[in-house]
Amino acid sequence: MRPSIDQIWDWLGEVPDPEIPAISLVDLGIIRDVGFDGDTCVVTVTPTYSGCPATSVINMEIEAALREQGLEKIELKRQLSPAWTTDWVSDAGREKLEKYGIAPPQPAGGPEKCPICASTNLELLSQFGSTPCKAQWRCKDCLEPFDYFKCI
Amino acid sequence: MADALFESLLRLGDNALILGHRVSEWCGHAPVLEEDIALANTALDLLGQTNLWLEYAGEVEGKGRSADDLAFLRDAWDFRNVLLVELPNGDFGQTILRQYLYDQFNLMNLEALKGSTDTRVSEIAEKAAKEAAYHVERSRGTVVGLGDGTEESHRRMQDALNILYPYALELFITDEVDAEMAKAGIIPDPKSLEDTYLAAVGATISEATLELPQAHFGHRGSGRDGRMHTEHLGHILTQMQWLQRAYPGQSW
Repeated sequence: MRPSIDQIWDWLGEVPDPEIPAISLVDLGIIRDVGFDGDTCVVTVTPTYSGCPATSVINMEIEAALREQGLEKIELKRQLSPAWTTDWVSDAGREKLEKYGIAPPQPAGGPEKCPICASTNLELLSQFGSTPCKAQWRCKDCLEPFDYFKCI
Repeated sequence: MADALFESLLRLGDNALILGHRVSEWCGHAPVLEEDIALANTALDLLGQTNLWLEYAGEVEGKGRSADDLAFLRDAWDFRNVLLVELPNGDFGQTILRQYLYDQFNLMNLEALKGSTDTRVSEIAEKAAKEAAYHVERSRGTVVGLGDGTEESHRRMQDALNILYPYALELFITDEVDAEMAKAGIIPDPKSLEDTYLAAVGATISEATLELPQAHFGHRGSGRDGRMHTEHLGHILTQMQWLQRAYPGQSW
């Protein structure tokens, strides 16, 4: 018996991002489509950054999660266009990021507030961070450095 | 047509590959941790872009070569990158200036490629342009900061500019491959980007309080058709390709 498309989205919503496990792949906005081609489950995934080393791990984890639910025929498709944007990070995902200590992306290009003490007195340390999708900032009040999810 | 497209995709992919490799040489050696991370991330983006271009190049060629085959199993004369990207890193200032000279071109080129009549090319460009915009923001800012910095950083940036600027002009040396691609609307003629590029670079250099040298690209051939490479490319390949050369077909 074939599971419903909604059911598959729910399962994928439980798969954590390998580098930022606080949010799921669905929260991150990289799952573009789920469907069936005959009896093959087709999941369309868009990369965050073209060189992100997590991409192949993400594909493996999607496949593993769906196999665990009993799906046998799975096809993963890569979709480059429209290019991934941080606008696709869900509201739930943004909340989870902030709780985890990562400032969520802002259209203004920098974090809105310190994810630890909520101060707005901030400075940029480096335009790049521990993963391709993050930059390093510091709070000038609580003095803690923190990750900012870059807006692209 | 397929031959010209293959050549052009190699030009795009090889520029990103060789510069990505050069920049990755800084990993663990940059002056401060933040710069080390920034350089490594820039290299990573470039290698990601390489993968997209060379994967498509392999498909267009139709001989079953993968992006990895093209990256690791070709010889120096098969590479189609400009000489700028294969030059040694020099000091940190020289690395950043080379990065800026390339980033500025890469961004303009990718923005133009978004309008390519070839869907695959336009999709790759759409993805890569976002990354390139971020790169140029950083490399441009760092060039200005170092040029308009201390006496020593200013001197080093001027020295770097004197060495690198003539190489940047190679980006606009064109041939029949470029003409064919431009005619088909697949890849813009690099010459069409020259004026805006020179204006943007000129503005950055002036903001950095540096002076553009009188320059022309002095080599008698171009890396873009593989007839000319510096002696440095072979040395890069001995590092980059040694594993596949020593253990053919080895995989993770």
